[in-house]
Amino acid sequence: MTDTSIAPAPSAAAITPMVEAVGVSKSFGSNEVLKSISLTVRPGEVLCLVGPSGSGKSTFLRLINHLETLSSGRLSVDGSLVGYRQVGEKLYELHPKDAARQRREIGMVFQRFNLFPHMTALENVMEAPQRVKRQPKAQVEQRARDLLARVGLADRADYYPAHLSGGQQQRVAIARALAMEPKLMLFDEPTSALDPELVGEVLDVMKELASSGMTMIVVTHEMGFAREVADTLVFMDGGVVVESGQPREVLANPQHDRTRAFLSKVL
Amino acid sequence: MSTAAGSAPESEPIRAIKLKHPWRIVFAVVILVIAAVFLIDAARRPAYDWASVAKYLFDRRVSAAALVTLELTVLAMIIAIVLGVLLAVMRLSPNPVLKAVAWFYVWLFRGTPVYVQLVFWGLIATIYQTIDIGIPFTSVQWASFATQAVVNAFWLSVIGLGLNEAAYMSEIVRAGLVSVDTGQNEAATALGMSWGQTMTRVILPQAMRVIIPPTGNEVISMLKTTSLVTAVPFSFDLYNRTRDISAETFNPIPMLIVASIWYLFFTSILMVGQYFLEKRFARGIGDRRDGKGGDGGPTGTLQIVGANQPSVVMPQAHEAGRR
Ligand SMILES: Nc1ncnc2c1ncn2[C@@H]1O[C@H](COP(=O)(O)OP(=O)(O)O)[C@@H](O)[C@H]1O
Ligand SMILES: [Mg+2]
Repeated sequence: MTDTSIAPAPSAAAITPMVEAVGVSKSFGSNEVLKSISLTVRPGEVLCLVGPSGSGKSTFLRLINHLETLSSGRLSVDGSLVGYRQVGEKLYELHPKDAARQRREIGMVFQRFNLFPHMTALENVMEAPQRVKRQPKAQVEQRARDLLARVGLADRADYYPAHLSGGQQQRVAIARALAMEPKLMLFDEPTSALDPELVGEVLDVMKELASSGMTMIVVTHEMGFAREVADTLVFMDGGVVVESGQPREVLANPQHDRTRAFLSKVL
Repeated sequence: MSTAAGSAPESEPIRAIKLKHPWRIVFAVVILVIAAVFLIDAARRPAYDWASVAKYLFDRRVSAAALVTLELTVLAMIIAIVLGVLLAVMRLSPNPVLKAVAWFYVWLFRGTPVYVQLVFWGLIATIYQTIDIGIPFTSVQWASFATQAVVNAFWLSVIGLGLNEAAYMSEIVRAGLVSVDTGQNEAATALGMSWGQTMTRVILPQAMRVIIPPTGNEVISMLKTTSLVTAVPFSFDLYNRTRDISAETFNPIPMLIVASIWYLFFTSILMVGQYFLEKRFARGIGDRRDGKGGDGGPTGTLQIVGANQPSVVMPQAHEAGRR
């Protein structure tokens, strides 16, 4: 398959890729959902992952975050293997504590937000820094308020998720992920559960995040966003990367029938 | 919830003639008449011996026994809830050993009658005459107590009731934990929270609103189950104490009424407490606003048929409104 080292990075070889997948496969029982995926995400890069439903996009994100274990291949984030430790030729499964430590560095935003409904927006954002990183409360709260302000929700800090609109909830979810100061953000169809008029406010936050230099992998059907923000567009179908490249090129001039067929449906 | 309400600026409030329900009134009258006949009859019937009821209701022995029943209930439920949460969490843990232990516990304690278990606890001092602390199957021994000296019938009753109830509580807690949307677990895990943190900070607090209603039922049920401690034998609880008194007076019926009044008094108080607990744990989940956003937070709730009696209290009114 095509690899993604298209964008001209001056010293590409010297930089540790943020995500490096080499021949990553994943099966659920006999169902091979991902078939030898290889791709690289450089630090600061925004990669948009598109493809029909069931093509394995969510599974790929979940592998990066070690919410699923990969069946074969190598997957590393910022130079360290996900879920394993390599000593010589041997792989050792990570202790759950160390796996959790890896996850802290990776923020994840879900289609259905998954905010903690029994906590206010502020408490949602404060929870992980306070409990996981054990940072002092005053400092965490200040940062949480700053983050809520950054996503435009300073005045909603004390609202429970049930009292926020979908767009607001998703922005809180982004702030919650950012509170752990991740070096990589994963978005799994962050706007798919939203009413159309609420999509923009979430995409705006993501654009701002991208321009601040965050490394992002975004599964989305928002081709406008992909065209405008992504450095790389990857089209997946049936568990394989069919095509990838600069978004403008892929969108304007798709090389594969399957890509064309998909794009004609979503554009 | 509906968007229609209050949207039309010039609409007048509806003045319609209320639908009449004549059969309701007929039915109410019939019930009232039957109740009145029964009450008037009961007030005059000598077997109830209301004078004795009044005399013994606040008898020192009776109120002391009522307190003992309350103590048995509270202590046994504390054991049951703590152990029940532990067992439920073990049951759902990724560790197969913990899972098996929890499964076995529930199998054993739920599978045998509480009366039989209480008899067993009463015999514990006969079965295990001493409690030895040391290395098993060697002569090394650091301490040894006579079982009789360590536990009395009251504590054996508490332990017997508590361990039995823990099996039921663990099923209730487990149903509560399972009812929480898996996305919650995922979000917490993705934030780097450990399994224990995810449980205590995210899953359990949300499970509470599913756990509390059937737990309230269990407390009320426990209050009444304490009357079985005669199996241990322990006889200073409300029911057995009033039985003993009526054995002296040869007049059991008023004592049964006395005991019933006390049981009803306690269950009424418990129901009030349950109401406030339920409100507390509905925090952030009640009065959900309409709209797609509402789909983000909900913890999918299952209907729970808790433990040894049907106790379906979910889903609440606002749930219905969301459908
Ligand atoms: N936990 C799982 N167990 C079994 N099959 C799964 C699981 N998760 C995903 N799948 C399957 O993997 C395939 C890809 O799913 P997913 O990664 O969610 O696709 P996408 O996000 O592209 O829509 C689907 O066929 C789905 O049924
Ligand atoms: Mg998906």
